[in-house]
Amino acid sequence: MTAITVVDLPPPKPASYLDEGHTVWSWLTTTDHKRIGILFALSITVFFFIAGVAIGLVRLELLSPQGLFLTDDEYNRLFTIHGITMVWFFLVPSIPTTLGNFLLPLMIGARDLAFPRLNLMSWYLFTIGGIFTIYTLWAGGVDTGWTFYTPFSTLYSNGHVIAAAFGVFVTGFSSIATGLNFIVTTHMLRAPGMTWFRLPLMVWAIYAVSLVMVLATPVLAMSLLLVMAERLLGVPIFNPNNGGDPLLFQHLFWFYSHPAVYIMILPAMGVVSEVITCFARRRVFGYAGMVFALLAIAVIGFMVWGHHMFVSGQSPYASLVFSFLSFIVAVPSAIKTFNWTATLYRGHISFESPMLYALGFIGLFTVGGLTGLFLASVPIDIQAHDTYFVIAHFHFIMVGGSVTAYFAGLHYWWPKITGRMYLETWARVAAIFTFFGFMMTFMPQYIMGWLGMPRRYHHYADVFQIWHVMSTGGAGILAIAYVLPLIYLPLSLIRGARAPANPWQATGLEWQTPSPPPKENFEHTPIVTTGPYEYHPAAEPGLAEMQRPHRTQTEDA
Amino acid sequence: MNISAFTTEASSHAATIDRIFYGLSTISIVIVLLVFGLVLGFSFRYYRGSKAKRGRLPHILQNEFEIGWTAATFFLFMFIFWWAASTQLSALTPPDHGLQIHVVAKQWMWKVQQPSGIREINEIHAPTGKPVVLVMTSEDVIHSMFLPALRIKKDVLPGRYTYLWFTADNPGTYMLECTQFCGTSHSRMTGRIVIMKPADYAQWVTAQPQTRGLAQEGEALFRSFGCSGCHARESSVHAPDLHGVFNHMVHLSDGRTIVADEAYIRDSILQPRKDIVAGFQPIMPSFKGIVSEEQLVRLIAYIKSLSVEKEVQQ
Amino acid sequence: MSEASTALREPWPDLARQREGVTFGIWIFLATEVLFFGGLFLGYSVYRTLYTEAFREAAKETEIFFGSINTVVLLTSSMTMTVAVRAADHGYRRLTLICLWVTLLLGLGFLTGKGFEYNDDLTKGLFPGPGFPLPQPQEQIFWAFYWVMTGVHAIHLSVGIGVVAVVAVQLQRTVIKLESGTLTAVGLYWHFVDLIWITLVPLIYLVDRP
Ligand code: HEA
Ligand code: HEA
Ligand code: HEC
Ligand code: CUA
Ligand SMILES: [Cu+2]
Repeated sequence: MTAITVVDLPPPKPASYLDEGHTVWSWLTTTDHKRIGILFALSITVFFFIAGVAIGLVRLELLSPQGLFLTDDEYNRLFTIHGITMVWFFLVPSIPTTLGNFLLPLMIGARDLAFPRLNLMSWYLFTIGGIFTIYTLWAGGVDTGWTFYTPFSTLYSNGHVIAAAFGVFVTGFSSIATGLNFIVTTHMLRAPGMTWFRLPLMVWAIYAVSLVMVLATPVLAMSLLLVMAERLLGVPIFNPNNGGDPLLFQHLFWFYSHPAVYIMILPAMGVVSEVITCFARRRVFGYAGMVFALLAIAVIGFMVWGHHMFVSGQSPYASLVFSFLSFIVAVPSAIKTFNWTATLYRGHISFESPMLYALGFIGLFTVGGLTGLFLASVPIDIQAHDTYFVIAHFHFIMVGGSVTAYFAGLHYWWPKITGRMYLETWARVAAIFTFFGFMMTFMPQYIMGWLGMPRRYHHYADVFQIWHVMSTGGAGILAIAYVLPLIYLPLSLIRGARAPANPWQATGLEWQTPSPPPKENFEHTPIVTTGPYEYHPAAEPGLAEMQRPHRTQTEDA
Repeated sequence: MNISAFTTEASSHAATIDRIFYGLSTISIVIVLLVFGLVLGFSFRYYRGSKAKRGRLPHILQNEFEIGWTAATFFLFMFIFWWAASTQLSALTPPDHGLQIHVVAKQWMWKVQQPSGIREINEIHAPTGKPVVLVMTSEDVIHSMFLPALRIKKDVLPGRYTYLWFTADNPGTYMLECTQFCGTSHSRMTGRIVIMKPADYAQWVTAQPQTRGLAQEGEALFRSFGCSGCHARESSVHAPDLHGVFNHMVHLSDGRTIVADEAYIRDSILQPRKDIVAGFQPIMPSFKGIVSEEQLVRLIAYIKSLSVEKEVQQ
Repeated sequence: MSEASTALREPWPDLARQREGVTFGIWIFLATEVLFFGGLFLGYSVYRTLYTEAFREAAKETEIFFGSINTVVLLTSSMTMTVAVRAADHGYRRLTLICLWVTLLLGLGFLTGKGFEYNDDLTKGLFPGPGFPLPQPQEQIFWAFYWVMTGVHAIHLSVGIGVVAVVAVQLQRTVIKLESGTLTAVGLYWHFVDLIWITLVPLIYLVDRP
């Protein structure tokens, strides 16, 4: 037998990771962190809009004190699915699994995450868990609120608690896998010269959040497992008739869920730090302070869970301690806010859409954070607990803060991810609509909350109607602001101009490779010789010179 | 309901809370103005292409500044904490000689029992000028008693007692709401609290159809459940005399001592083997599932009354 | 193809770093496991302090006989696992494989013992619910924790057995190499599951046995 040697020309190298195969199968089996990031983005977008439509119905229903078209049970199911989906299937994974997944290796000069197949598994777990939870909606819903308080959830609820809890449980493993992957990557795969204190703040934020994910999520998994065991097998764990402690579950739940709120804000802080320095063309003010603030929030965040239980009947002395620690954990947030503001000082500020989103973030986060201090004060919280004041507090931080930051990041890195530019005018309109729509939705909620409007109320006293109407109106504007990007961003894939490698003249390794990047991220492993934010080197003597031996100081002053 | 049913400051405590709230609001508005002002100010001054001078950062703006504002926020936070916490410290335990009103919550109603034995549903009558203590428990899930006009709230738990107390000064009819999600009709678990001048309250009590007092009803139950078979002074069974037990120290067989409060009495009836009184055999049967929450309230009221009786005798 | 190049995976620059990375990863995973069981042990401890007496009574019903045998079985399996890992480090293929299979059999032995114990418990009606044989309601809480704790542990052990089986087969077929670091990771996990059992024994069997 003679061997026939066919001399093929080597196939042309694919231009970017997007051209490494166009079939659905090639996406579903990919281990490329960039593609997995996009898979996550698609999943969370679907979940976001499902949860958004659920609360849209709630807001419409609340136009009238007696309700318009929902029964009590339907109402309870809608806000529950809204809370569960928004928290676990949108906001917790939002920035880390999409932008983080895409950018972390690029930012530290690695070829991929440490465990690419684990990364893909994480997406499958997440999506299966999500579909399972959404399915419970059709199968009859859950009515426990996102908090699953016992003994209601274990003994009295008439919803599909097991299915929903199981979905969240499975997703927890996705969180853990992602967090683990990020930690190992950050430790082991930094490019030569990329020392810890040359890491961009985004990487620090992702790293801090991974620590919290890895340490907090297992406790949630266990608490949900106990709820499922009690409901499925009938074993009394929280059952008060057997002496079960009604507060035990709350302690376990908040031990996870307070750190979880920082899981939702830390990556947002990372994004905003990147965007603000870039568009102010200034080194971020107080880099070291920013890093320690991130870590401090992550660590102290584990010690304040009891502030959700001031009126639960826990010891009043414990309440005071938790109150005190809640004030302490706010200090690093304050540092960050001031440092962002100071970064603007003497900058060359321009107002592209990512910057508009980021500035909106600062404003809304400040308001939301300050009302967090109201709630951290025991006597104030006694009045405000479980009213719309709390609802407004956390929407200001989570929607006004984190979601806005997610959009800032999405716009900022969109050219890098897709290689296309979107329509800037529309993006600015969306950013401005977000800010004002948001204010109109949630400002009235502070007022009615303090006056005594309880949350999770289908029927309410007539006197609050005016505030509810305003809030629903704002939600309409907000819906427009969120639907707009859903139109112009995909449109840019077809019609948008080609993006250059570095459209914003930003520093950072991710901008030094083509847009969109090739599969292996960098032609050659980059060698890092400078700090992360060399925007305006001449203006910062001292530190800057030490970190920047290879550049001459000819830039503008 | 009128908005004043929510917002009236029905007690001096409510006024204090409002003062803290307004104080905090003022601080917050100042900070928000500061942050917004800086962001907008810098944006106008340093937009790209503006003529403002840039140059290097003034030296003072390096570390000193950062440390400065970190310290400033820290002390401000400590001040707010201290300010809010100090009002809390003065009210950690319920007053001793208050008027005790028993509340039993169940999906989705409030069952209220006055000391005089009067029962109410979704309504609480209380006098001004006198400390009132709500002794609360739940028959099923967790509920929460929220009285916005008094600016107080406390969760109501199954299997144990929680307390809420106030001294009202402003007569009127105010809102009562359940604020812990408790199932389908959570939002309908509302009611009213009627605060009356003491004279009006006394009149209201006498105007109700005659009922026996709680303790008296409890005494009847004490007999019908057979408690007296063991606990009566003349009984041949070796069981502790319940006169003077309430609010006093009890020595237990495992060496601990505890104060006999409502929770202890409750446990003694439902889980007698949890705490065994020193010198007695654990022969008392559990009355779990036999005695209902409301009957429990009466039995406890009766056992309490035995202590008062004893003090009077001495 | 050289041995090293098959064991090396994207995105690692060299085998040594990859092994380091895998070990680091598995340690983080074990940290999450500690917190997972931590929640469970915390719940148990809260109830045990609240209801010392009832827990003491309830624990008298546990089968210390099976408990002890199983402890010995699992400790032995940890030993054989250690030998397997060390043997792999030194390149003794046969010894590694033998020890892995023994470990696996011991693991299965543990599960069998547990099965008999469960059977005994069930015939005594010791599954919480209506008609539970022990008088105090809090004793049911003890038994609820008994089932959940041992059940979760058994699931972990089953996963471990599955992983050991897969690794053993792959080693036999040389799909993976002795030096790839996989075995170290599997070993750490196995020891962890063993450790959980050692923690469970006093909580379940030794509550009131001097
Ligand atoms: C991303 C999410 C997120 C974040 C970051 C936070 C941040 C904070 N939260 Fe919030 N919170 C939630 C999400 C979040 N929260 C959610 C979801 C709930 C409700 C859950 C439920 O019941 O369903 C909740 C509920 C909640 C409660 C319980 C309320 C109740 O149920 O009764 C409390 C009480 O202490 C609290 C406090 C705080 C504090 C002190 C902060 C601090 O970290 C904030 C720090 C920030 C600032 C302080 C602003 C910036 C600082 C400056 C501009 C400096 C200048 C300021 C001064 C000098 C004063 N939160
Ligand atoms: C984590 C993230 C997150 C996000 C992003 C949001 C987003 C929003 N939330 Fe959500 N919310 C929670 C987390 C979140 N929420 C949680 C945890 C709870 C507590 C649940 C519980 O009590 O258990 C809660 C509860 C909650 C309540 C209280 C319900 C109650 O207690 O009875 C309300 C009421 O106004 C509300 C409003 C909104 C609105 C208007 C938005 C908007 O920002 C949403 C805007 C988006 C859309 C509207 C979708 C996009 C638009 C379209 C697809 C167009 C079509 C839609 C319409 C025409 C309406 N939320
Ligand atoms: C069979 C006899 C018996 C009956 C019936 C009985 N008890 Fe008891 N009770 C005892 C004994 C013996 C003790 C002391 C040992 C202990 O603490 O369990 C006791 C203790 C108590 C205590 C704690 C007393 C202390 O000094 O601390 C209270 C309160 C009490 N019983 C209330 C009741 C009530 C109410 C009922 C009826 C619903 C009742 N008992 C029925 C025998 C009985
Ligand atoms: Cu009772 Cu809500
Ligand atoms: Cu919190």
